[in-house]
This record gives sequence, structure tokens and C-alpha cells, in this order.
Amino acid sequence: METSVHSWIPLWACLASLLAVIPIVVLRKEPFLREGATFVAGAVKLVLVLSMLPLVLGKKTAIECTLFQITDQLSISFRVDGLGLLFALVASSLWIVTSLYSIGYMRGLNEHSQTRFFAFFAVSLSATLGVAFSANLLTLYLFYEMLSLSTYPLVTHHQDKEARTGGRTYLCYLLGTSIAFALPALIFCYAKTGGSLQFAPEGFLAGHVGHVAALCLLLLLTFGFSKAGLMPFHSWLPAAMVAPTPVSALLHAVAVVKVGVFCILRVFTGVFGLEFLKELDIASVISWVAAFTVVVSSLIAMSQDNLKRRLAFSTIGQLSYIVLGVSLLSYHAVAGSMMHIAMHAFGKITLFFCAGAIFVATGKKYISQLNGLGKKMPFTMGAFAIGAMSVTGLPPTGGLWSKFYLIWGAAEAGQIVLMCVYLVSSVLNGVYFFPIVYRAFFKPLPEGEMPGLKEAPTACVIPLTVTAVGSVLLFFVPGLLLDLANLMFVSTPPVTP
Amino acid sequence: MADQSPVIVVVAPLFAALLAGLIGMREKRACLPLTLLGLVVSLSAAIVLFRRVLAEGEVRYFLGGWDKPLGIGIELRIDTVNGLVLIVIAIVSLISAIFSFRPHGQRDTEKNMHFYILFLLLCAGLFGITATADAFNLYVLVEVSSLTSYALVAMGSLRRGTVAAFNYIIMGTIGASFYLLGVGYLYMQTGALNMEGIRVVVNQPDVLASKAVLVAFVFILTGVWIKTAFFPLHGWLPNAYAYAPTTSSTLLAPLMTKVFVYVMIRIMLSVFGLVWVFEHLSWSHIVVWLSVIAILAGSIIALTQTELKKMLGFLIIAEVGYMVGGAWLADEGLWGFKGAIYHIVSDAFMTSCLFIAAGIFYRRHDCHDIASLDGAFKRMPLTMTGLLVGGLAMIGVPPTCGFFSKWYLIRGGIDSGHWGYVVALIISSLVNAVLFFRIFEIAFFGKKPVEHADHGDSHGHGEEHAPAPAEPTGQAPMPTALVALMLSAGFILLIGIFNGQIMEWISLTVDPLNPFTKTPPL
Repeated sequence: METSVHSWIPLWACLASLLAVIPIVVLRKEPFLREGATFVAGAVKLVLVLSMLPLVLGKKTAIECTLFQITDQLSISFRVDGLGLLFALVASSLWIVTSLYSIGYMRGLNEHSQTRFFAFFAVSLSATLGVAFSANLLTLYLFYEMLSLSTYPLVTHHQDKEARTGGRTYLCYLLGTSIAFALPALIFCYAKTGGSLQFAPEGFLAGHVGHVAALCLLLLLTFGFSKAGLMPFHSWLPAAMVAPTPVSALLHAVAVVKVGVFCILRVFTGVFGLEFLKELDIASVISWVAAFTVVVSSLIAMSQDNLKRRLAFSTIGQLSYIVLGVSLLSYHAVAGSMMHIAMHAFGKITLFFCAGAIFVATGKKYISQLNGLGKKMPFTMGAFAIGAMSVTGLPPTGGLWSKFYLIWGAAEAGQIVLMCVYLVSSVLNGVYFFPIVYRAFFKPLPEGEMPGLKEAPTACVIPLTVTAVGSVLLFFVPGLLLDLANLMFVSTPPVTP
Repeated sequence: MADQSPVIVVVAPLFAALLAGLIGMREKRACLPLTLLGLVVSLSAAIVLFRRVLAEGEVRYFLGGWDKPLGIGIELRIDTVNGLVLIVIAIVSLISAIFSFRPHGQRDTEKNMHFYILFLLLCAGLFGITATADAFNLYVLVEVSSLTSYALVAMGSLRRGTVAAFNYIIMGTIGASFYLLGVGYLYMQTGALNMEGIRVVVNQPDVLASKAVLVAFVFILTGVWIKTAFFPLHGWLPNAYAYAPTTSSTLLAPLMTKVFVYVMIRIMLSVFGLVWVFEHLSWSHIVVWLSVIAILAGSIIALTQTELKKMLGFLIIAEVGYMVGGAWLADEGLWGFKGAIYHIVSDAFMTSCLFIAAGIFYRRHDCHDIASLDGAFKRMPLTMTGLLVGGLAMIGVPPTCGFFSKWYLIRGGIDSGHWGYVVALIISSLVNAVLFFRIFEIAFFGKKPVEHADHGDSHGHGEEHAPAPAEPTGQAPMPTALVALMLSAGFILLIGIFNGQIMEWISLTVDPLNPFTKTPPL
């Protein structure tokens, strides 16, 4: 991606949801108009993101704009490339679906402070797109922090004791690591390169740091962006499950956690550059940490009876798939990890939607209570099965492709043990998901339980059907994602071992 | 008029103080408009002056036309650094004056006139300290501002305020005496009181090793450190700021310590020269380690506080550590030094914003306890927004100015290899995060978490069951107070966004004097 054009579209795409806060707050007395504003903003956002597709994908040009020049080299600026657009596409399309789901969920449970909820939801989406489009590490950090702060009121929405504890853990981990690790690393990079923090395909650090400094920076940056949930900085994710389910769905399966792995992808591809890392031979440290996280989180997930917590631990494992993939540095693994952002997003959001729908319809939170629900809630549990298949990586769902690429990439990098980690973990995914499906469809409903049991509100069922269908569609047309991921390799030829 | 701008900055509040005394005896309500008028004149003169400095370079002004640079004359000398500080003082004091407005009858009106006279005299003193180019005049002006600030602290209705003011007087007087003693030694050794005159003599080879100059430096530095509340010389500060009347603390807390940090920087820059300080003396390691202790101590003690204003007081002590340490980092690009100057600007507004918010809460609750803020997000959303912006700046979240000052200071720390300083700065950011989120949590959740019958599900409470804390008895926030708060919060963001420009201005003065790049002119 050598060429670039100047355009303000990325800025508007980012602002679309931020500006929506004004109508949301103004229309707080009219819930229908208020939610209308969310939808309009979501549609505008998606259209703006899509409108960048022809330019980026067709003409292979990046779209740039500078919001603010701080010093000669340092600026707050946007640059849309393949990876950024891929992520923006996933986030903005799933926002609309989640908004519909939120309406069903929040109204269904008669939640308080819905205006605040929708307003901060919009703000956090802006922050997510800001991260996706960031052209340099400073802009990335800015929006990363904005996301941590704007999601806090969402996580602690219930404002009770549990929410307070969860919110405290959430902020402690996210702010703590970013201030303690990422910020000093950022400034160290700045000092070392003489002022440049601009992401470059060959890595802006290349040639500026020695072996030890590079290893320190890599560790600081990888653990500093702890939204990626790499162990030992993962406990915020289960803690954040106190949030209402739409929040868990979008933020903790899609926006927040994916921002974390996106940052790590940027660190590997933009800050260090794959070639430079290969030369230094330090990425395997991250590989092993990620592999450990993959296996251990899967094992923990198996022991969880609370459905949302099981999903949370599953997410931690899947995020580490992505981190492991990029740390393998081989072409297929890196492309696979980029695709996995999208594939896992669709699969996991479906699962969370289902968990929320079950809660709205029945008030059940634990897996052991789910016996026989499949007959009463066929759509929900059917979607759950598809989501589980996608996350496990079974055909015909999109999850197959990313997993396929990741495993291929591990083989390509010559890491047979790590390849086995992927395979074993896929088996574990199956082990912790399919008993749920089995329970729901094949075990009888307990005696005398809620005769009037039926599906959740339509506003909940439609979104989860849509995302489940999306997961299946991605199996048949993964091309768009792959093309976007491939754009990241145009200027640097695939790294072959 | 532009020629006279340096002196107008200083004397405008002085004349306003006289007028406030004369007119205020008959009509108390005229005091605030007069104060505003005086400060607006100062601010516009400071802006005109700053533009002149940018256009012409350093501006020198001899009071009464006594053009004797090395003799005893009153000289004002403005470069981009103190030009900037003058503007900051003018804006912060203006914001504080706006905040001070209260409807008739709500304040002890007997003291109204006295309060504004002292307010204006303090501003005049601070402007003078910043503008002067004479080490002895600086002492005189330090006394002007200190004496008025003692009175301002003591004016409150709290008895503890009187004790705090007494402590402040003792410590402040000791500090000023140390400073005066140091200036005396310098005068003996160099025969000059003008800053430039002293620097020329001090840097001559035969005087360079003089023990008397060294002793003078130590005296001056100790005196200034007492005045800036550099740990462990900070004892007077927390109580003085916490128990002062609300308006006094919004004026004193942002300005006093910051102006004395500026004095330290001015002394390093102009009285002794950076060559003398960094190359001849080479104490920077010791001072930076002292600042590390100050930062950590300030932050940790702040953690133990239960009163908002006291907590902020200890945070100021930590911030003073940032600035002193930054100024002494002695890295090659002088990033720490410039960062410290930038932090003077940003910290002035951060403290102003936080103390105004604290003042609004105090007027509302008549109580400083952090616990009294329960549910404040619902009751006082705008005030909490102000506190939020100030708090985020203290933590150092972009794009607030606090982020960029940390950026430059940490860069200085990395360049000079002072890892202890870098770590201390980061720990302090984390502690600030804990401190402020503790407040936000209380304000967001309420003191007691809401318990519901269906707590296991923690769902199902509708709008009407939202936490509704008992309404406190104090006054609702005045619109003017909120305007002041929003102004300072706005400046926090502006200074952050325009940090590149501000650093460029600071560099204009500092870079030519950098001892590590080339031999600076003596």
C-alpha cells in the first residue's frame, strides 16, 4: 500500500457515533426517537466505512487525514489501511445489530438510565473506530484510553455492589497496565526514533533499537494493551461480565477485546515490522505466553457453570489465538489472525446474544439450568449451536477459515508444538461448548418448570439470527476479509521461513 | 501603550487594589468588578507583551527610566518563559475572581473589601515576581505576595484555618529569610543584584569555585523549596490550602507553588546560569532523587486522605516533585527542563479546575469529606464533569495537558537515564488514577451500594428506583462558579491540544541557553 489519498471520511466515520450522543441526550424523554438516533448514526457510520472500501480495496490506496499536528513529526492522525478497515467494518456492522438487541434487552428487563447506556455505547464505538484508523502510536493510545474510560459506565451499569467491584477490577487492569507499561514504552519509542511514532509496514522501530531494548519494548507494549486479555492480565474480562449482556456482547466479544488484539497486531506489523522481529528472533516469548493462555483459559472455561463467565474465558483463549498467530510471524498465521478478528467477532457475539436472550426469557444464568431449552427456544439455541461451531472452527461457519490459516501458519513457521496447541485447544472448545447444546436439545425440561416458557422478545431474536447467519455466510465468502488482510502484505512480501 | 506593557501587567492590580479600598468603603459591591477590571487589564497587557516578545525577542523595561543594568534599578525583563507564566497567572486569577462571585448576603460582607484588596495585591506580587530581573526586588515581591497569602488563608471562618495560616507564616518567613540570606551572600561576592549582573560575575573563572557562591545557592534553593513546598519542606501546604476559604484556595493553590517553581527555574536559568548549575555543580542526580522521594511521598500520603482538598494538597506536593525533578534532569535536549516549564502552565490550570470543583462541593455540602460526594454525578453533573476533566488531567489521559507534560518529563527522564524518575512519575500516575476513580466511584454509585430485593439478579430497578441520595443543605452551585470551572476545564484541554506551540515558545528562550549543545552566551 504505497500510495495514499487525503480524505476526511475516516474522521466523519469516527465522529458519526460521537455526534449521535447529542440527539440521544436531547431525545431522552422519547425512547423511540432516541433509539432512532442510534440507528441513524449506525447506518451513517456503516455507509461511511463501506464507502472507503472501493478506494482501499480496489485502488490499494490508504486514506489519510491529520486532525492535529502537535510537533513536526507528532500528530493525531488517521490512516485507513486494510487491517484498519477490516476491523472498522466488523465493529460498525455489529453495532447496528447490537443496538437492535440492546433495545430488546434493556426494555425487556426495564433497565434504568437507558439514555446514559446508549450515549456511552455511542462514545465507545467512536473510540473503537478511532483505534482502528489510528495512523500512529500516540493516536492509538489516545483512543485506547478513551475506550477504557467510556466503557466504565457501561460495565458498571447496574450500579450495585457487584458492578462496583467488577468496574474496579476492569479499570485497575486496563488503566493500570496502559499507564504502567504502554505509556513508558510509547515515550521510549519516541525518544529512540527521534520523534516518529508513525506506523510503517517495515516498522518504525526497525534499526533504532537493539536486541534487549526491543524485547523490553515488545513485552511492555504487548502487556500494556491488556485489553487483549493475555495472561496474567486477563482477570478484568470475567470481572466485566457484570455488565448488561449487550455490553458484554459488543464490547467484550468485539470492540474492547478486539481493540486489544488490534493494538497488538499494530505493534507487530506497524511498530516493529515482521521482518525486523524475525531478524531479532524475540517474538517467540509472546508466542509461548499466548499458547499458555490459550490452553489454560480453555481449561478454566470448562469448569465454569455461569454461561457468561464460560464465554468470557473462551474469549480470552480466542484472543490469544490472534496474538499467537501474529507472533508466529509467518504470512498465513498473520493473515489468519487478522481474519480471526472478524470470524470470532461474529461467532462470539452470537453466543453472547443467546446468553442474554436466555436470561431475558427465563432469567437463567447457569449452564446447569439449560436442560431442554432447545425445544422452547429453537431460534436462540440454534443460533447458539452455530456460534459454538464457528468459535470451535467447524464447517460450515467462518471460524473454519481463520483457524485453517492459523494452523497452516504455525506449520509454515515450523512450530509444530504451537500448531498442536491450536489443535488441542479446538478440541477443548468443542468440549466446553457442545455439552451446552446437547443439554438444551436432548435433555428433558425439568418437571414443572415454567409452562409459559417461550422465545425472548423479537428484538433479541432477530439480531442473534442475523449474526448466526453472518457466521455461516463468512464460510462461503471469506474473500473480502482475506483481501483486506492481504493488503497489509503488499509492500512487504510474505515472510517465508 | 505597548511600550509600557511590562509595567502595566504588574501595576494594574495594584491600582485596582487601591481603588477597591477607596470605593469599597462606600460600595462593597464595586469590589468584584474592580478586581475583574484590574485583572482584565493585566491579562490584555500580558498578551500584548507576549506578542511583543515573540516579535522582538526579550523585552527589557527599566522602571522610571533608570537604565543601569548592573546597578540598583528596577528592571523588568520578559522572555517567552515568563511572558507565558504572566498570562497563566492573569487567566487563573481571573477565573478565580469569577468563581469568587456570590450573591449579596451569602458571604461575610464585612470582609468583602479586604478580601478583594488582598486578592489584587497577591496578584500584583505574583506578576512582579514573574516579571522582575532583579534578585533583590524578587525578595520584596515575594514578601508582598506571601504576606497577602497568609492573610487570605487566615480569613476563613474555620479555626483550623488560623492555625494553618500561622504555620504557613512561620515556614514562609523562614523560606524568605533563607532566600534573602542567599541574595546577601551573592551581593557580597559579586556586587550585583541584577540577575544578569550576578550571572556574569558568578561564571567568571576566579569566582566559579567560590564557596560563598555555593552557600548562596544552597540558601536560595532551600528558601525557594520551602516556598514551593518541595518534600520534605512541605509541612505548611496541605492545611493552609485545605482550611483556607474556598476562593482563596482556588487562587493560592494553582499559583503560589507554581510561581515559586518558576522562581527556581529563573534562578537556575538567569541568576546562576545552566552552565554553572548543570556542569559546574552537577548535583542533578541528588536533586532528581529528592524529587523522586517527593513524588512518591506526596502520592502515597494523598492516598491516605479522606478530605478532598487535603488530598489535592498532597497531590500538589507530588506535582511540585515532578517539576523540580524535571528541571534538574539535565538531559541533552533539556526536555525535562522545558517539560517542567510546560507543567507549570498545565498544572496551574489542573489545580485551578480541581480546587474550583472542590470549592463548589464545599459550598454545597459544608464538608470536605470525599464520602459526601455520593451520587454527585446525578445531582451536580456539570461540577462532576469539571472534576472529571481535572482528574483525568492529573492521571495523564490524553488529550489533556497532564498527558503531555508527563510525556515531556518522561522523555527527559529517559534521555538522561534517570529511570527512578520515570518510574516515580508512572507510579504517581497510577496512584492518581486510584485516587480519582475512588472519587468517581463514590460519585457514580453513591456511598452505599444500592441493594435490591432481587440482588442476585441485580436487574429490574426502573428509572424511579435509581439511587437518590439525600439532598444536602448547602447552596446550589452558582452559574458563575460553573462558568469558572468550565473555563479552567476548557484550558486544560486547550493547553493539551496546543502543547506543541507552547513548547515551541518555551524552547525559544531555553534552547539558546542549553549548555549541552553549544557554549551559551554569558
